[in-house]
Amino acid sequence: MKSIVGINKLSFKYDKADILKHISLDVEQGSFLSILGPNGSGKTTLLKNVCNLLKPHNGSILIDEKDIEKIKYKELAQIIAVVHQGTDVQFDFSVFDVVMMGRFPYLKRFQSEGKEDVEIVENAMKSTSIWELREKSINEISGGERQRVLIARALTQQPKVLLLDEPISHLDIKYQIEILDLCKRLNKEQNITVITTLHDINMASRYSDYILLLEEGRIREMDTPEKVLTEKNIEDVYGIKVDLIKRNDNERPIIIPKNM
Amino acid sequence: MNLYRKMYRTKIFILLLLLLFFILFSITLGDVKIPFTDTVKIILNKFGFLSSKIDMGGIKKSNIFIVLNIRLPRILLACLVGSMLSLVGTSYQAIFKNPMADPFVMGVSSGAAFGATIGILLHFNKGIIGFGLTSILAFGGALLTTFIVYNLARVGSKISTTSILLAGIVMSSLLSSGISLMMIFNHDELAKIISWTLGSFNGANWTQIVVILIPAVVGTLFLTTFARELNAIVMGEEQAQNLGVNVERTKKVILITASFLAACAVSVSGIIGFVGLIVPHLFRLILGSDHRILLPVSVVGGAIFLVICDTLARTILNGIEIPVGIITSICGGPFFLYLLKRNGRKKLI
Repeated sequence: MKSIVGINKLSFKYDKADILKHISLDVEQGSFLSILGPNGSGKTTLLKNVCNLLKPHNGSILIDEKDIEKIKYKELAQIIAVVHQGTDVQFDFSVFDVVMMGRFPYLKRFQSEGKEDVEIVENAMKSTSIWELREKSINEISGGERQRVLIARALTQQPKVLLLDEPISHLDIKYQIEILDLCKRLNKEQNITVITTLHDINMASRYSDYILLLEEGRIREMDTPEKVLTEKNIEDVYGIKVDLIKRNDNERPIIIPKNM
Repeated sequence: MNLYRKMYRTKIFILLLLLLFFILFSITLGDVKIPFTDTVKIILNKFGFLSSKIDMGGIKKSNIFIVLNIRLPRILLACLVGSMLSLVGTSYQAIFKNPMADPFVMGVSSGAAFGATIGILLHFNKGIIGFGLTSILAFGGALLTTFIVYNLARVGSKISTTSILLAGIVMSSLLSSGISLMMIFNHDELAKIISWTLGSFNGANWTQIVVILIPAVVGTLFLTTFARELNAIVMGEEQAQNLGVNVERTKKVILITASFLAACAVSVSGIIGFVGLIVPHLFRLILGSDHRILLPVSVVGGAIFLVICDTLARTILNGIEIPVGIITSICGGPFFLYLLKRNGRKKLI
């Protein structure tokens, strides 16, 4: 399979503290990768390096086989779309206008939004079930709806890769499933590569093709959920003892913390 | 299909009509009342192809002079300055994501006042071709101050908007104390300095308009092409970058262009507060945060607001002219407070 995101010996420092150390990995096009790890293990930092918000101190990142340093901002936004954490919007935009912002990388300075852009926006909003919300203000919808609006905006960028930073951390269980189901569906139907950081190990197990487990800025393991989610890995990385449970052989493992 | 243009065109058109009306209406007002129809005739007569069709009989020579050489330049200058200040305010509020940002946050006003004070103390009121040396010093002071503030807030190739705000405040108070000091040692010029800092269009002339017209129009058109970038930036700088906006470059370009416009405005009019703060807020409360409409509307709206304020400034008291800066606050303040109360805090950025 083709590698859509290739990371080679990446290191990153904030001031003098090493956050990421010698990260090397390849993400296959069309796969669903979850990045797991305790707080401070470098999940978000890694994600920000991949979308060029942070620049690595050492190593290189290839996006679609091109060095990320050599890709223009608009060009990169046509390949990678990002759904950021903490989606607090203080300005008053309609849902439709927010989603339309995703067309930015395709529009020239003096070009206005055309029929084709409107169609793309409409499709993205329909496939994320927010078309009915189009005239509402971004401030008057719920957290789960807002997350879907931002995913719809990401879709209008027509990306090959969708990066999400803790997309479900402040949502209730119904919305958590809804958002991850949506990501999975986009992953399957449109062959969009999904890379997401997650806190919830069981959700990661349920949805991911691959899990990247980070431990203090290093890769502990990157493989299928069955291989990464072991009692030993979780105890070593998170410092808690867990039981692994599988209801049947076809199902992904889930973890339950042991009693105190 | 220009989806958005269609939606916005009507609103902008209505505002332009309003502006035209206020300009014409304002010309009729003053110590000498000039009938509305005469005003229209006098102006249309200046368009060569129409002059043969217009009957200028019965219109006093003195009235023609008042309209063309006193009131019209003054009102047009007010339009230009109002447009620039309110456009700059809108852009700054977006870039700084701060509702208190106005055209003077980067120290333009105190820099200009400092330059103007020096000009006044050195009796530079002669000037070249009608464009006073005091204005030139004010312009230089404004640009120099912004340049210093900008570089103080710059770390490597990045500029922190919080540092700009802080550096702007500190530079402003430094310069203000400098001005105060100069005022203490030069009691005689006190009134002149104070009235400059309150802003006025008294003494406006065509030269001033000609000088600032090109930078004003070019700068304004240029800034309004950044609407989509500003929309993305107010969602958050990281989000904007991931949407494909070169955030650092955009911030730089907008800050430089906007400061230049503000310096132009201040150098011909003195410091007119409030326009660049409330006109943007007013339209944001009414129309929402979409800069594709907000930028053009604040250009026209700022002009309307300042024409009204300046008209009041020169007509409200018989024979005495009130500094227009006072009027902008008196008119704008309560109206703004009313809107604030009515709409609540949440929509204000």
